[in-house]
Amino acid sequence: MSQVGPGLRATAYVETEKLNNPKDRRPVEPGAAPPVVEDSGISRWVPALAIVVLWVVAWVLTKGTHTLDLPSLSRTDLHDRLTEIQNGLLESRSTNPFMQFTNAIADVFRSTVDWFQRLLSKPAFPRPVPQIGWLGVTAIATYVGLVVAGWRIALLVVASFLSFGVLGYWDPSMDTLIVVLISVLLAIIIGMPLAVWIGTSARANAVVTVFLDLMQTMPTFVYLLPIVLFFGIGTSAAVVATLIYSLPPIIRIAGFGIREVPTTTIEATDSSGQTYWQRLFKVQLPMARKTIIVGLNQTTLAALSMATLASFVDGPGLGKPVLQGLRVNDVGTAFVPGVLIVVMAVMLDRTTTAASERSERIARGGGHANPLQRRIVVLGGAVVALVAVYLSRTYVSLAEFPTYGIGRSISTAVSDFVSWITTNFGGVTGGLKDGVTDWLLNPVQSVLAESPWYVSFLGIAALALVFGGMRALAVCVVCLLGIRYLDLWHDAMITLNMTLVATVLVMALALVFGVWMARDRRVDLGIRPLLDAGQTIPPFVYLIPVLALFGPSRFTAIVAGIVYAAPAAIKLVADGVKGVSPTTIEAGRSTGQTTWQEITKVQLPMAKGSLVLATNQGLLYVLSMTVIGGLVGAGALGFDVVYGFSRSEAWGKGAAAGLTIVLLGVMLDRITRAAADVRRDDGPGTRRAFNVRLPIGPPGT
Amino acid sequence: MRTARSRGARLGVLATIAVMALSACGGGSIESETKANEEKAASGGGECGDLNMAVNPWVGYEASAYVVGTVAQEQLGCTVNYKELKEDVSWQGFGTGDVDVVIEDWGHPDLEKKFFADSGDGTAEDFGPQGNVGIIGWYVPPWLAQEHPDILDYKNLNKYAQDFATSESGGKGQFLGADPSYVQFDEAIVNNLDLDFQVVFSGSEAASIEAFRKAEDNKEFLIGYFYAPQYFMAEVPLEKVALPPYTDGCQDDPQDVACDYPETELKKIVGTDWAASDSTAVSLVKNFTWTNEDQDVVAAYIASDKMSPEDAAAKWIADNQDKVDAWLS
Repeated sequence: MSQVGPGLRATAYVETEKLNNPKDRRPVEPGAAPPVVEDSGISRWVPALAIVVLWVVAWVLTKGTHTLDLPSLSRTDLHDRLTEIQNGLLESRSTNPFMQFTNAIADVFRSTVDWFQRLLSKPAFPRPVPQIGWLGVTAIATYVGLVVAGWRIALLVVASFLSFGVLGYWDPSMDTLIVVLISVLLAIIIGMPLAVWIGTSARANAVVTVFLDLMQTMPTFVYLLPIVLFFGIGTSAAVVATLIYSLPPIIRIAGFGIREVPTTTIEATDSSGQTYWQRLFKVQLPMARKTIIVGLNQTTLAALSMATLASFVDGPGLGKPVLQGLRVNDVGTAFVPGVLIVVMAVMLDRTTTAASERSERIARGGGHANPLQRRIVVLGGAVVALVAVYLSRTYVSLAEFPTYGIGRSISTAVSDFVSWITTNFGGVTGGLKDGVTDWLLNPVQSVLAESPWYVSFLGIAALALVFGGMRALAVCVVCLLGIRYLDLWHDAMITLNMTLVATVLVMALALVFGVWMARDRRVDLGIRPLLDAGQTIPPFVYLIPVLALFGPSRFTAIVAGIVYAAPAAIKLVADGVKGVSPTTIEAGRSTGQTTWQEITKVQLPMAKGSLVLATNQGLLYVLSMTVIGGLVGAGALGFDVVYGFSRSEAWGKGAAAGLTIVLLGVMLDRITRAAADVRRDDGPGTRRAFNVRLPIGPPGT
Repeated sequence: MRTARSRGARLGVLATIAVMALSACGGGSIESETKANEEKAASGGGECGDLNMAVNPWVGYEASAYVVGTVAQEQLGCTVNYKELKEDVSWQGFGTGDVDVVIEDWGHPDLEKKFFADSGDGTAEDFGPQGNVGIIGWYVPPWLAQEHPDILDYKNLNKYAQDFATSESGGKGQFLGADPSYVQFDEAIVNNLDLDFQVVFSGSEAASIEAFRKAEDNKEFLIGYFYAPQYFMAEVPLEKVALPPYTDGCQDDPQDVACDYPETELKKIVGTDWAASDSTAVSLVKNFTWTNEDQDVVAAYIASDKMSPEDAAAKWIADNQDKVDAWLS
């Protein structure tokens, strides 16, 4: 759904890299004229303002007509036709050969997961416990962390695994890990060939990107029902849903890495007469290795972010207790498993990152200072791990994690704390909600959604032209026509409005905290873990407290969107501002400018690329929370998706709403990206030239 | 660096020895339990086999499902698999054998059309009422009913419409619609009774409950779609607003509805293949019936006392073995 997540980070990564290492760096010949500095974009606000004024005038004259408003529980013929597709599949399920095929695959998934579960998380009959108990699993995981990444990571792994058990969620944690690992393995097997394909063919890239966009922005609730049809209920559906969402990052990022291997290197090695496969395996893949590992990292986090959603179709793991918390409306119950998902994300993230840095170091020849000692650690560790496995197979107390009351106490404390907050701050939050709704949300919504559809259509298209040029206009018109066709125009405008308002608030937070973090290292260190948590904790955990504070409303949905989107935007802004050359700042200081001037006149303008990228990601992250919004009273497209997921006769409406969200996402993405491309010609000054990255060399050099 | 590593290795060895020593005197041996399990399996399998029980996402359902499941497991020796699914997905599972029993169905005409024998593929069948009666309707928080008793009649609602207005209701009074999983005619009812209200959908049961909880705590005006049996009624006993009483056929045309919701007899739906099997759990499910009060007790164990559904069910079964015996006879 919806609560998508790190999948979007894939695009962010690719864009950041492009920003840092612009490919078409124009060669500066001696004596060449200085690059033309185009106007900085301020002037574009003038026509934009004119368009808005015209739009408002049109709205005043025509408001309330041709808005294409469709009542929440009504459907159109198109929606019913879409429902018929799903019904047709359902009717043919016992005869359809393709479904027999997918069901056979599902059986393989099911038995694989089951095998792992007997190994790690459920009694392997006739044994009363799994094949390997907690001590053995923890020892093996720690050993892997030690070997691939070093002592610090090994400590992090121990702490994480112990926290799964101590807080009382050992078995669900293992289940989540199993589903994540199987999905990631499949993602590598399927994704890497595709990555090579899009990395070496521009046409393939254009085609595949469309599908990747679809996979990343289509709300999961829309495709959960078809998945159940093709792959059955439970673990198989969980693996497939997780795979669909976690596949795009590795294809995108690894493909990008392969594409960015310098042409000169390829030409140089081609001249020695290498074959296609030699070039691929000896040059392109090794040179792109670091980027590929980043892709793997993002794929892993994306897989983890599906944990809760997979539990909507009985997928095993930590999602189940989170949903149980939602069922009994108790934030404490959902909090502990939610935090364990964060712990798991941090563990997997840091481990893969450290592993990639380590392999990088070794590849560049800076291997181990003392190979003998390394061998002792590797062998000794293996022996210890094996002993631990043996022990955990022998003694009940080392197989089944002992029960502690601490998880329960944390739940209760969190519930009490949240209810204290809601009783004491209910009034303040109500005022905030009404203020934002009356002064921001409602006025913009009137213009967007209460204008006749063709007026809004023209208005949006004209703004796209102003900010993104002809290309953005073309994409925008196609998307708007699609949205019009899907019969949910009015809902789409309401969702678009919420997305825009939330993004404005996200960017306000991003500017404040991003600049603060960039200017003060301690603030950065203090805030970053919170940002990581905000990005990885399942939104279902904080729905209850947010509802308790604001009640079911569009503003509640916006708050949920901000919690999820602000961390990404803040990080991008902080990194962008940090990348501004210190010499430029020194130069400014020597002329005696104030801190305020330094921020507004130097740091922010020079980090403009990052600001646009942060806006782009903010929009997409907020949009991805649309369905969560539907669950907290925001109505519009999010509600339509939930409705379609909840009632079989409305599946088509949910699908139409899902496609509309995809079209909105593509539209917003292409407009901001086009705007960024225009801006990127501002001249070499805005580039983060001083954010030097170590060159990646082929192994052995 | 080097000393740190070897110290780490030494610590590891020490820890291992300590754990070995501890476990040697503490934990029991897995081997003996394995043997016991093997003997038990050899001595006689149950005639029940697997029972795949769908668990739809609300606490009352969970109460029914786990009570039946626990009886099946403890007293008939079934292997019960609980499947946490929404209604539509559960019904899809009958045909594939993923799901055997839906223990509390609030009425799904569209699903019945698709899966019952007379019009659909015949993978599901109605297994009779399970005893609970669903009371759907318009509810207000208790403080409101106490302070303005006349609000419990729909004719007086317009008088208070402005008090019900929120940031979402566009100047009219807000009527809080529910999770879209439930059949709702509130937009039509509001229109046809000329009420000055706007239906705003909460989107989920959690959102509705939180809204009513907040309204009661802060003495805010709120009216919305709700239902009993529901565990939340024990915490905040919502009061039902009287609408024109339900008569047969008054909800046939969704556009023209101007009456209250009927009382709903909650049903058991089961997979046809499973019902025809010789599993001993079939007659248990067939005979299962209990009251709203029974369900409320178990639901309160789960929601208020934070017991696990298994423990809650076991506790109720221990206290009500006579009722359980009736299902097993």
